[in-house]
Amino acid sequence: MYDATLAETVTIRGDGGDEIEAYLARPMSHGPLGGVVVIHHMPGYDPPTKEIARRFAAEGYNALMPNLYHRDAPGASPDDAAAAARAKGGVPDARLVGDVAGAAAHLRGLTSSNGKVGVIGYCSGGRQSFLAACSLPLDAAVDCYGAFVTGAPPEGMPLKVGPIKHLTKDLSCPLLGLFGADDQHPSPEHVAELEDALKAHGKTYEFHSYDGAGHAFLQVDRPSYRPEAAVDAWQRIWDFFGRYL
Amino acid sequence: MCTYLTEKVSISGSGKGPSGWFRVTDASVYFDHPVHAQAEHTLNIDFLDPGAGPSARVAVELTAESARALAKAIQATLDSAPPGLC
Repeated sequence: MYDATLAETVTIRGDGGDEIEAYLARPMSHGPLGGVVVIHHMPGYDPPTKEIARRFAAEGYNALMPNLYHRDAPGASPDDAAAAARAKGGVPDARLVGDVAGAAAHLRGLTSSNGKVGVIGYCSGGRQSFLAACSLPLDAAVDCYGAFVTGAPPEGMPLKVGPIKHLTKDLSCPLLGLFGADDQHPSPEHVAELEDALKAHGKTYEFHSYDGAGHAFLQVDRPSYRPEAAVDAWQRIWDFFGRYL
Repeated sequence: MCTYLTEKVSISGSGKGPSGWFRVTDASVYFDHPVHAQAEHTLNIDFLDPGAGPSARVAVELTAESARALAKAIQATLDSAPPGLC
């Protein structure tokens, strides 16, 4: 089996046609291959999330992770860029949608593309994955414990984003949700609220909540990592993208 | 969760980063996911000179308990300094 992959930093057109940095990981294959936009977590465009992009490539997908903080701190290290972005209240929703649209277009333009593109996001990226899937024509979306899809941010939080349950009607593709039952943001109640909205609008979805797991249970370099939940969740991801991409 | 809870304060002094010493004019204090510390949430302080770009930053990530101990130590040190010095 030929299993070579290539991972590199590229420049793509993001929101408003801006040039932004992105990390592209892809099999060295003629395809046809599905594409995955990887949305990084709040700590940014960091080595662990690049590792996730490479994992998708190893599984046979073209994966592209836009640096959502590129404009906030061009050329800065990921942690410095994340600090600069958080000081501004995070990534504006409209800009996120534009950047994911640019990443999806880049993936579809690869000669090995089969034309299908999914999106996956972690932590704040989970909410952004849902947002992108409600705003853009995509083929599959995965929300890994994204807070504030439902449920308002606590009083006084300078987060410049709010709940987006009202967008559920516009969800363009099947949704896979992966949650920790011990998480408070999103809590099991928040997850149930989203599930109700998906049912009400007749959307295709699949949710898995893991007992004994909290927020960020997939993050291998954090104490929140829960191997049993994470191994199952990755299997769900391969199964889901295998069906729709 | 990502709390984004942030206190910002104007400061005056210097910090030492990867490129050596630089003046610091601002500090961000927040309780959120750390980048490096092995805890789910930590009290993080960024000492910054925004005018010199996002890399002009000295960062610390402290467990809540150690952050409280540090705050107490800072206060105690200032309180014990000879009168007129600070």
